[in-house]
Amino acid sequence: MNEHDVHTDPGALKDLTDAAAQTHLEVAEDGSPKSYRANRTLKLRVELARQIRRRRTQLVLGFLVLLPFLLALSFEIGQSNPNRRSGGFVDLATASGINFVVLTLFVSGSFLLPMIVALFFGDTIASEASWSSLKYLLAAPIPRHRLLRQKAVASGLLSVFALALLPAVALAVGVTWYGAGEVVSPTGEAAPFGDGVLGVALAVCYISINLFWVAGLALYLSVSTDAPLGAVGGTVLVSILSQILDQITALEDLRNYLPTHYAMAWADLLSTEIDWSEMTKGVCSALIYGGVFTLLAAQKFVRKDITS
Amino acid sequence: MLTARSQQTAHKVNEVSRLPRLRGRWSLPAVIVILALAAGIVFFTRTGDDPVPVPTRDAVIDVPEGPDSTQTVQIDTTLYLPQRTPAPAVLLPHGFGGSKNSVKTQAEELARDGFVVLAYSARGFGRSTGQIALNSLDYEVRDAQKLLDWLATRDEVQKDAPGDPRIGVTGASYGGALALLLAGVDQRVDTLVPVITYNDLSQALLPNSAALAQPQGATPSANAFSDNGVFKRSWAGIFFSAGMTNADTASPAGEAPEPGQIDDNAQVSTPTQAPQEAGQQGQNRQPARPTDACGRFRPEVCAAYTEVATTGKASAQTLELLRKSSPVEVADKITKPTMLVQGEQDTLFGLDQADATARQISEAGGQVKVVWYAGGHDGGSPGTQLRKQISDWLSFHLTGKGTDPGTGFEYAVQGAFRTNGTPSLRTVIAPSYPGLSGGAQTERRDLKLSGRPQLVVNPAGGNPAAVSSLPGLGSALSRSSSISSRLSVDLPGQAAVFTSDALDSQMLLTGASSVRLRVANAPNQQSPEAVLFVKLYDVSAEGVRTLPGSAVAPIRVALPADGNPTDVSVTLPGAVRPVESEHRLAVVVSTTDQAFQNATAPAAYQVSLAADTISVPVVPGTNVTEGAPVGALWGIGISLAVLALAGVIAMFRRRLAHDEDPSLASVPLVISSLTKSYPGGLTAVKDLSFRVEHGQVLGLLGPNGAGKTTTLRMLMGLIHPTEGHIRVFGHKVVPGAPVLARIGSFVEGSGFLPHLSGAANLKLYWAATGRPLSEAHLDEALEIAGLGDAVHRRVRTYSQGMRQRLAIAQAMLGLPDLLVLDEPTNGLDPPQIHQMREVLRRYAAAGRTVLVSSHLLAEVEQTCSHVVVMHKGKLVAAGEVGEVAAGGGEATFKVDQPTLAAKVLGDIEGVRDVHVEEDAVHASMNGVPRATALSALVAAGIAVDQAGPRRRLEDAFLELVGGE
Repeated sequence: MNEHDVHTDPGALKDLTDAAAQTHLEVAEDGSPKSYRANRTLKLRVELARQIRRRRTQLVLGFLVLLPFLLALSFEIGQSNPNRRSGGFVDLATASGINFVVLTLFVSGSFLLPMIVALFFGDTIASEASWSSLKYLLAAPIPRHRLLRQKAVASGLLSVFALALLPAVALAVGVTWYGAGEVVSPTGEAAPFGDGVLGVALAVCYISINLFWVAGLALYLSVSTDAPLGAVGGTVLVSILSQILDQITALEDLRNYLPTHYAMAWADLLSTEIDWSEMTKGVCSALIYGGVFTLLAAQKFVRKDITS
Repeated sequence: MLTARSQQTAHKVNEVSRLPRLRGRWSLPAVIVILALAAGIVFFTRTGDDPVPVPTRDAVIDVPEGPDSTQTVQIDTTLYLPQRTPAPAVLLPHGFGGSKNSVKTQAEELARDGFVVLAYSARGFGRSTGQIALNSLDYEVRDAQKLLDWLATRDEVQKDAPGDPRIGVTGASYGGALALLLAGVDQRVDTLVPVITYNDLSQALLPNSAALAQPQGATPSANAFSDNGVFKRSWAGIFFSAGMTNADTASPAGEAPEPGQIDDNAQVSTPTQAPQEAGQQGQNRQPARPTDACGRFRPEVCAAYTEVATTGKASAQTLELLRKSSPVEVADKITKPTMLVQGEQDTLFGLDQADATARQISEAGGQVKVVWYAGGHDGGSPGTQLRKQISDWLSFHLTGKGTDPGTGFEYAVQGAFRTNGTPSLRTVIAPSYPGLSGGAQTERRDLKLSGRPQLVVNPAGGNPAAVSSLPGLGSALSRSSSISSRLSVDLPGQAAVFTSDALDSQMLLTGASSVRLRVANAPNQQSPEAVLFVKLYDVSAEGVRTLPGSAVAPIRVALPADGNPTDVSVTLPGAVRPVESEHRLAVVVSTTDQAFQNATAPAAYQVSLAADTISVPVVPGTNVTEGAPVGALWGIGISLAVLALAGVIAMFRRRLAHDEDPSLASVPLVISSLTKSYPGGLTAVKDLSFRVEHGQVLGLLGPNGAGKTTTLRMLMGLIHPTEGHIRVFGHKVVPGAPVLARIGSFVEGSGFLPHLSGAANLKLYWAATGRPLSEAHLDEALEIAGLGDAVHRRVRTYSQGMRQRLAIAQAMLGLPDLLVLDEPTNGLDPPQIHQMREVLRRYAAAGRTVLVSSHLLAEVEQTCSHVVVMHKGKLVAAGEVGEVAAGGGEATFKVDQPTLAAKVLGDIEGVRDVHVEEDAVHASMNGVPRATALSALVAAGIAVDQAGPRRRLEDAFLELVGGE
């Protein structure tokens, strides 16, 4: 019999029926097999394995590794004065390794980072729905709230990893190219390298929290549609819209209610005397938006009829 | 048939795609409600502090034109009334160039805080008549006293004694000086808050910060105030022209930033306020075009200005006039509580002016509180918080209400720039203003300065000149004080630089530093005096220079004719500046400055350090723990609490959801009165009830759209039933019910991760259930799928049949007690279909139960022991396959003469319901053997082609399928 044939060996049938005849599952009080525990379903390790093996995840992480090299390369090709000590983030990028990290975060902060978070969260349920594998996971059964939670946590871990990976690679690239010198802020203040690393670490923490609203919205759209592209694209669209509205100064302090308004507040961490008020407001805004969307997502997913 | 099938499928796809929209009906209202709530909160917070209108009374009050004059001047006033009267009064004079309308905002605020507020246009301003005498004790101050008399006659005003109203005075700049002057001459004033004003106008306009002797330096910002100052021509010009045209160019344009202020409020509020004020001024103002070169100034004031502006020096007469207009004359008689508010961004009236006033009042025994805020003539008028602080001061000292504001010293520290473009601000509070009578002296730090003697050149005509600030424009620039403080330009050859060592730690410079300089004529030069401008820069390690407050200290040093040097102590401009570690201080001595009247004669001087230290005042204090955005912190706390609460509530609701019927514990499946209808009227399953017993292979038969898949989805907990319920082994099926772990399912197509191999998919799927791998019987299941080595290829590459087989293998993982397969033979070829039937039969035989759905009758007949027939969501028939197929004793005869045959059969006793269908006759036999009927037919001469049980199932089924 050819190995490439699709064919059930009669022996296999006997094996199966023998196994079935011999096995009798012990049943627990709740009607499930004794070995089943709801809180053991879809462990994080399993979900991460499912996600990390995806080409999409690998491409995104690969791109984040590549981006600092591209930036460094463009500074090499273009005209730049490595000894500049004043100017904006871009002008200062080559002042030190930390300044390079700051530039990397600055240029990716408005679009790339929200998009990555939107990708991990928006895709997580919707792609399972589009593969039809969602119904089998739910019938396994993985309780819906647990499925949502485990997937959200896995997406969160991937997002935080991605958000930390970018500055980490940028730091390595920056230190290699521009040295471990003092970080220079656009106001001309200089801080030692160590303080700069701490500042960037805090900035990554802040960005992670601030993007919670993106995560919440993407999750909500992910449970609302079976099209992963719709969930991711919709979230990115809202983020862009919010950034556009934030440019309209005529809106005055109404802009403070836009979810992206405090997206760049982490730059306050670069000064010697840190002003926390903007970041506190940013955290508050992100938690409220993210919390509302997450609760909506949970409510919608638990009550939803799965038809994919 | 094929066409019919594809139409069916199309119909189904439509139906499915419509469902999510229908089901989302609760989410949309929820989103709308939340948006509405958010909008409501926004609306509330924005309109909650909508001001209550304040009643006002306009009055024109006649006052004597002068000390010995019988003529009168009309003072245009507005009285703002609080909600409750009588109340203490506040006199609110305006700044130079303004009118009673320029203080409207503050007047309304104070009235809302419970004061009767009298705003008025000073003589020579607004609609008031008369001429400007520069707050002269003989003119403007007497006017104000008349206004106090008038207030004492008003019923709305609370009185200390007849003719003595309970009154506070507050005003900015020109108005602040009036407050001081009035309080100095009139004991009826109970408290005062002069804001950004002068102590000595002659020193403000003609400052000289050099003294031969060492300065006292008990207070933080004491200036020597030496005679023979350098004319501050830019500001003086602006000041004078403001009086000529009544253009409010001398007052700060916007509000100063405040700690914790949100974003760009200051910037936003300015444009909305300014046009309104301009409009009101436009109505009230006298024709702005001056009638002569003196405008509305008194002749002696005009003459004095002309003298100074043309010669750069002031005569004794002019100095006398200026002094008579200055609080310095009377401030040593003020004994009432005074809050002095001075700006850190003020090149017109610097911190030294308030310092001098504070010393005078303190010596007179008055209670003094000093506030330095991040504004001034260059940086903006007091913001909302500071105005509230002023109101609180007045309230405490006029009514005794509120907490005692004390006699501390507060100063604002501008820090780094934030992302929103405004600098971070904090307020530091010291227990008292140091150096006042009875208090400790100001702490001073001596930093070592170094720099060799340097030659500086004064160009002929004093041009080009160094730039330190742009008076009048300052307020516009100070919005971006990063620009203004770095605007300063020193011209090469004109400036000597002395630099300190780099600081070890941050030092908070608070007040006026002082240095001792040695100035001499350069060799072969014979200037009788030197005019120099001394600045103190904060220089970062990178060399970025910042000039705090944009201020310079002008000095005029007499040089002996013998060429010997003169040593002078220079008081540098008062400032607040956090000098970071690694930064240096640089003292720059320049020969020119654009804001001042430079020496016109060409000259060269040798400038060196007379002492190699700079004495820097430091006032330790505590940071006001403000700045924490309380609302945001509450928001963070509440949202975290709500999320946690939602989690806990959901957990408890899940705990209570379990429902079990022990009597059905051995029955694999019981469906009772199951109904699923969608909003919009579509009912997919209607009142469906059946049960599946242990060991059965049950076929769920029905055409496409009969509701089979919907039923199976409800069985898997994917769809919520509208009514009725499903019990599996006695446990009610809800989404995620644990009993679902005993069901293996394959419903409506396979679902695999396309990027993984078949084997990896099955392994990960089992891993997701959290059960041990030993229970999975993975190898047996994979053998059933029989994919050969394709099992290690990505699922993406599989054919439809291969996916189908893998999906069935997945359903069999763990050898479930109930196996549910939806159309399992779709996409399989005939030998595979045959094998599949065998698998299902033998699996059931091994002690399990199997539920198979199909739209093919033959399929069910060959595979299943029992059948449930569904059509349009309803149960049509149920029972053993043979029994249902037999149709309950009906028979069918195929004959050549159907009509005759029907008649013959109808005549047989017991046979009923005879009807003809083409060449077939159906009849209900009711126990009559078919053989009897056959012989009757044959006897009647009818040729019988076929006789057998009526295949009712097939008929009904074909009819249903065909009829669609």
